[in-house]
Amino acid sequence: MKYQSQKVAKLYFIAAIGLFVGQILFGLIIGAQYIWGDFLFPTLPFNQARAVHTNLLIVWLIFGFMGAAYYLVPEEAETDLVMPWLAKLMFWIFLAAGAATIVGYIVMPFADLAKLTQNDLFPTMGREFLEQPTITKLGIVVVALAFLANIGFTILKGRKTVINLVLLMGLTGLAVFFLFAFFNPTNIVWDKYYWWWVVHLWVEGVWELILGSILAFILIKTTGVDREVIEKWLYVIIAMTLITGIVGTGHHYYWIGTPEFWQWWGSIFSALEPIPFFMMTVFAFNMVNKRRRNHPNKAAVLWALGTAVMAFLGAGVWGFLHTLAPVNYYTHGTQITAAHGHMAFYGAYVMINLAIISYAMPLLRGREAANSNKSQVLEMWSFWLMTISIVFITLFLTAAGILQVYLQRFSDNPLPFMVVQSKIELFYVLRELTGLVFLAGLIVYVASFFVGSREPEATVEGEVVAAS
Amino acid sequence: MAQAFTKAMARNIFYGGTAFFFLLFLALTFQTHSVVPERDNHEAINDTVALGKKVWEENDCIGCHTLLGEGAYFAPELGNVYKRFGSTDAIKAFIKSRPVNGVPGRRSMPQFNLSDEELEAVAQFLKYVSGVKTNRNWPPTPQG
Repeated sequence: MKYQSQKVAKLYFIAAIGLFVGQILFGLIIGAQYIWGDFLFPTLPFNQARAVHTNLLIVWLIFGFMGAAYYLVPEEAETDLVMPWLAKLMFWIFLAAGAATIVGYIVMPFADLAKLTQNDLFPTMGREFLEQPTITKLGIVVVALAFLANIGFTILKGRKTVINLVLLMGLTGLAVFFLFAFFNPTNIVWDKYYWWWVVHLWVEGVWELILGSILAFILIKTTGVDREVIEKWLYVIIAMTLITGIVGTGHHYYWIGTPEFWQWWGSIFSALEPIPFFMMTVFAFNMVNKRRRNHPNKAAVLWALGTAVMAFLGAGVWGFLHTLAPVNYYTHGTQITAAHGHMAFYGAYVMINLAIISYAMPLLRGREAANSNKSQVLEMWSFWLMTISIVFITLFLTAAGILQVYLQRFSDNPLPFMVVQSKIELFYVLRELTGLVFLAGLIVYVASFFVGSREPEATVEGEVVAAS
Repeated sequence: MAQAFTKAMARNIFYGGTAFFFLLFLALTFQTHSVVPERDNHEAINDTVALGKKVWEENDCIGCHTLLGEGAYFAPELGNVYKRFGSTDAIKAFIKSRPVNGVPGRRSMPQFNLSDEELEAVAQFLKYVSGVKTNRNWPPTPQG
């Protein structure tokens, strides 16, 4: 760690991990409700617990992105953050607003939360992923503006690297497209149309810029490969991301009252969306193969390679699986979508956050380069436990989805939704059991911060044989 | 060979490509705006439907159900529930009759204690949505 102000990242990373744990616990609750329908009913109905699960995910990922930005922007810009105090202040505001909202989801019915937060004045609540009360949404805008100002001015003051510029573009896009969360017309077609400008243009657009730049930063640091090479790759990857991903939004416009032509645009462009993810995989492995030095933080390199592979599988392969309009006609809004969502979010955004946390946390905690071998081994165990779990969760949900599609939509004698749900319960049981393994992995992950922290740092054995 | 494709070229592809395809996206959006009014059933939108949408949102119905395939996958699709149930009265009767403590061992919709006005509104909202003309009449079957 070169600059004092980078330290503020630590707060954000700790909060991210804490909220991650909450997200998984609520995931297990709603997973259980898929099996035992009356579990915790009526105290905590499925919709409230699900809002906690999904909103915690989004919030902790954003905490992670902010931490990543506060860590890497000063280092790239070669100057301290312009306003470290503002970063700290916004941290507590964001955490308090987030926590209050989550508590609201848990302790009261949605309608009461709507009343409490004066949803009447400006109704934006209760749309998927944008469930937050309007006041929370306004708070998010304030936090985002302060955050962007902080890193924007830091970048302006210091060295301008491609990584910083791409990261700033991604984060600015995140803030700008969030503004569509305030557009909530009665006309359901337009509501849905522009809702995707938040959801799709985030996760299949600007968030990939954030992902790409963080990955590039970690690869520069851990492989020692020439910055020029890495930056060129970064540009090509994000170019392909936006060239395919923007019009690829059309794969959400097949069945919501929008015109037929979207079936062509959406199918063709979203069929190309795996390309940037595949390039990211090739990029990460290439850079590690061409490394000029062995970095002692093996866990961070593992997460970086892991995110490149899993993002391709989850977002690329599982996305392609159901993105063509004739296929999506059957799969739209089934467990196939859930399967894809789980692996894509884990592969692309959970893992990149864990990668930067893995790289930066040892330095933020006063290590020279890496944690002790003991804690790295533990961290790598958590990597495999969580990653293998998410693969199986995805496979079980895919199996459930295929059966659901067949029984409910494809067979000659389509069965009602609830009848189908009870027929495919086996896969929900398997998913829940796998979720428990994921939780075990997460516990090991958290433990890796405490175990072996007094032992000496891991060192590198042997020189790299120069590969060209 | 290494210089055949430079960083500057990669950067230009990024900025040029993004600008071009974003403009294309806006053009397609513009085109969408001219076609949607023929199919979005906007004639049916009135104050009751607007209230119904608010009731729908303030009770986070999307947290369990899908609507035109979007939402959670815990409970049935409701974009076509008006057609499946046959009337707004049937929809209202269903919502109204949910047991407070659920059904032992099974998924159950909460008892939302809606007023008569809210019940009518949310039923009218679902009726309006069922009138949106979706491609190939999605969903594929009445079961959603």
